Amino acid sequence: MPAIADAGLGGTAPLALTGANSGERQRLFWRAVVLLIAALVVAPLIVLLTRIGDADASLIEHLLEHVLPRVFGHTLLLTTLVAGATAALGAGLAWLISRYRFPGRDVFSWALLLPLALPAYVLAFVAVGLLDFAGPLQTALRALFGPDLRLPPVRSVGGAALVLSLSFYPYVYLLCRSAFDSQGQRAMEAARSLGLSRRQAFWRVALPMSRPWLAAGLLLVVMETLADFGTVSVFNVDTFTTAIYKSWFGLFSLGTAAQLASLLLLIGFVLAMTEHRLRGRAGYWSTGRSVAAPGEPIDGARRWLATAACLGVLLLAFLLPLAQLVVWATSGWTGVDVVSLRAAGRTLLLGLAAAGLVVATALLLAYARRESPGRLTEMAARLATLGYAIPGAVLAVGVFVALTLADRVLPALTGVDWRVGGTLVAILLAYVARFLAVGFGPVEAGMARIGRSLDDAARVLGAGSRRRLLRIHLPLLTPSLFTAAALVLVDVMKEMPITLMTRPFGWDTLAVRIFELTSEGQWEAAALPSLALVATGLLPLSLLNRQAETTPIRRSTPPT
Amino acid sequence: MTPQLELRSASLGYEGRIVVRELELRIERGSIACLLGPSGCGKTTALRGIAGFEPLLAGEILIAGRSVSRAGHTLPPEARRIGMVFQDYALFPHLRAGDNVGFGLHRLAAAERARRVSFWLEVVGLGGMARAWPHELSGGQQQRVALARALAPEPDLILLDEPFSNLDPELRDSLAREVADLLRERGATALLVTHDQHEAFAMADHIGILNAGQLQQWDTPYDTYHWPANAVVAGFIGEGVMVEAQLLPDGAVQLPFGRVEAAGRDGRHPLPAPGPVRVLLRPDDVIHDDASPHTARVLRKAFRGAQILYTLELDGGVTALSLVPSHHDHAIGARIGICIAADHVVAFPSVRHE
Repeated sequence: MPAIADAGLGGTAPLALTGANSGERQRLFWRAVVLLIAALVVAPLIVLLTRIGDADASLIEHLLEHVLPRVFGHTLLLTTLVAGATAALGAGLAWLISRYRFPGRDVFSWALLLPLALPAYVLAFVAVGLLDFAGPLQTALRALFGPDLRLPPVRSVGGAALVLSLSFYPYVYLLCRSAFDSQGQRAMEAARSLGLSRRQAFWRVALPMSRPWLAAGLLLVVMETLADFGTVSVFNVDTFTTAIYKSWFGLFSLGTAAQLASLLLLIGFVLAMTEHRLRGRAGYWSTGRSVAAPGEPIDGARRWLATAACLGVLLLAFLLPLAQLVVWATSGWTGVDVVSLRAAGRTLLLGLAAAGLVVATALLLAYARRESPGRLTEMAARLATLGYAIPGAVLAVGVFVALTLADRVLPALTGVDWRVGGTLVAILLAYVARFLAVGFGPVEAGMARIGRSLDDAARVLGAGSRRRLLRIHLPLLTPSLFTAAALVLVDVMKEMPITLMTRPFGWDTLAVRIFELTSEGQWEAAALPSLALVATGLLPLSLLNRQAETTPIRRSTPPT
Repeated sequence: MTPQLELRSASLGYEGRIVVRELELRIERGSIACLLGPSGCGKTTALRGIAGFEPLLAGEILIAGRSVSRAGHTLPPEARRIGMVFQDYALFPHLRAGDNVGFGLHRLAAAERARRVSFWLEVVGLGGMARAWPHELSGGQQQRVALARALAPEPDLILLDEPFSNLDPELRDSLAREVADLLRERGATALLVTHDQHEAFAMADHIGILNAGQLQQWDTPYDTYHWPANAVVAGFIGEGVMVEAQLLPDGAVQLPFGRVEAAGRDGRHPLPAPGPVRVLLRPDDVIHDDASPHTARVLRKAFRGAQILYTLELDGGVTALSLVPSHHDHAIGARIGICIAADHVVAFPSVRHE
């Protein structure tokens, strides 16, 4: 190798050196941005993990003997039941829709996603209100069969599992749909040509081929089940999330809450790692894009069975609860309720603020990853978007504990008396940590569609890192940013545990109103705020549908 | 005179793998050069190194006498005063044609910028198209906008990365000539990267043939074809076959089917040492002549309009190509008269070691 000659460069050397350093400086700047974002998200979790061993001494025995075994048992049973039921419902419905033609198929294809717009805790209180001992169903049955009739208790793990399954099956349905559709007809035809019956082909080819998607869907379901707080509260089933809430706001022991939260956090980590590995594997399994099959017609009366199955699920998971909500809301109508109105306004305000913050953070994160690629950035980005696997109750405790610590340390260090614990900063920070992944997804996907050569072209034309972000990426990403904002907005508006535990005093949102009203059994009063949430929940569904229909917007390469 | 672009044994690579090895180039001001090679030969990496997208492992790159890349030092692309035309044109889809052209002129006052934008659009023959969106333009028009955008800031060097590969073949040739004329008119210095030798021949004053990361030859288009520096270049440029032969001490070449005088050589291209050699036979070296005593059997034929390219089996089992006016239409299996009319013999030492 020739030695690098520094001599003879003359006056151009200093200029060249500053230029090179500015490129390096930009890379370092973006790396710092990623690390900062990751630190903001991860700090509460790390603080939480340091608390794993320090529950209140007076409570630890009570905890170990009475709380933990029950909480573990319930959580395990609930998760297992929900996973099993959503697997059957989600995969089964996806198979019907993507392989067969029957009356109503095209409508059910998207309508089966509608339950996503109905928060699980709303479905929960509707179910309890309808089916409980005092509810209309049991009252009617008692009138028919006499007052001694006893049904299995509704407020049980089984009841909660049923509601959660009806709420969460769309995750499995969605992923299995894309699995079955992307496999196309070819593999199935090959199997049939090799002598397998339609049923054998499903069990031996289609289902094994879609295993990674099914697993990914189930993992999402498990994460959501572990994170659920509202439903299990309505059903009075003690799981980790409710135990955390009760330790903190019932026993006033933040230490115990932190300890329980750190245990749940460990489970979340394991799930997130599994999910990451599965997602990598699913890539290998999809071999090329094949045309979605038009579907086989079903003969005779059996096609109505398919229609009935889809309609039944849709009725139970969406239409009947919605109808009941409307009935309750209109029968209990007493004019505009100022408390709920103010709650609606604050819900929207919090949602918009969080959506703006999340989208801005996601944009910076995605752009930083692009500008300064490498193992470190990659790791940091993964950590920053870990929040989707961490239950809201855990993040709430983590953020609270971390901010309490910061409030204690920072004024002493800076000499300025400022506190952020219990302010909007706390709740927004928790929202960003929880929902960054939701906003990051569309932004990242949108940025991946912007060809590298656009960055290169802008650079050659003299545009530095900041100008490229503002003049190239920002305008091109506008649709993705709006999608991301809408998704985050809706998620924040219906979010319950974080809002409940970290909101500033008096900041009641719709979800908090629903929690308070339902814990007192006031179903009618809770109906109207619930309907407001359902209405906003329909927004991302329409986005989801539109995304599926339209191909990526503007292309940078010319048609050839 | 200081060359406009100079590479001094520049090496590039990724993660320990060297992709371009000790590349030496000098491009004079106002000339058009081309790096030509099969895909994966490292030409695009070399171009990205010159643009500043990839760091150098060793060596140095100078643009207009200014050192821009050394190991451990890379002047970022935005500070290099270069223009680049990309394979996919990389027009900004959210900006109109005029705003694309004006993107690199953002430091100028608005009026001056507008004046330059319309000037450069006029130059590439798209006057009046400033308000068009990129997706409303044809492939050829997009290409022109990309060229105008690269030229507008009046860079020291224009880099073109396979700029015509997305176009129809007919359009490709005419546009390549047009672009070359335009660049020459403007006195621009340009480096083109392509795998298409016709493109290279149509545009470049000098061609560098790159294979497996190493520069095989740096020459005029004429000499790369007629005086390939080695068998790799001979195989890549033009058509032809290599025939095993014996180089005699008197300078003649003994082919399996006859003797050829190694006439017409000049001092720049000496013959290898006498002994076993491989001789390059171009299709225009094997001439069909009905009167010739030598005959060959037609193995295959490819009709090319004005000509037919025959694959012939010569005496001694040697296969050769011959380009013949297409009214000499012979059937497969027929024997036709040929003579070898090599103006100059291109011979390489034989690689057989047995």
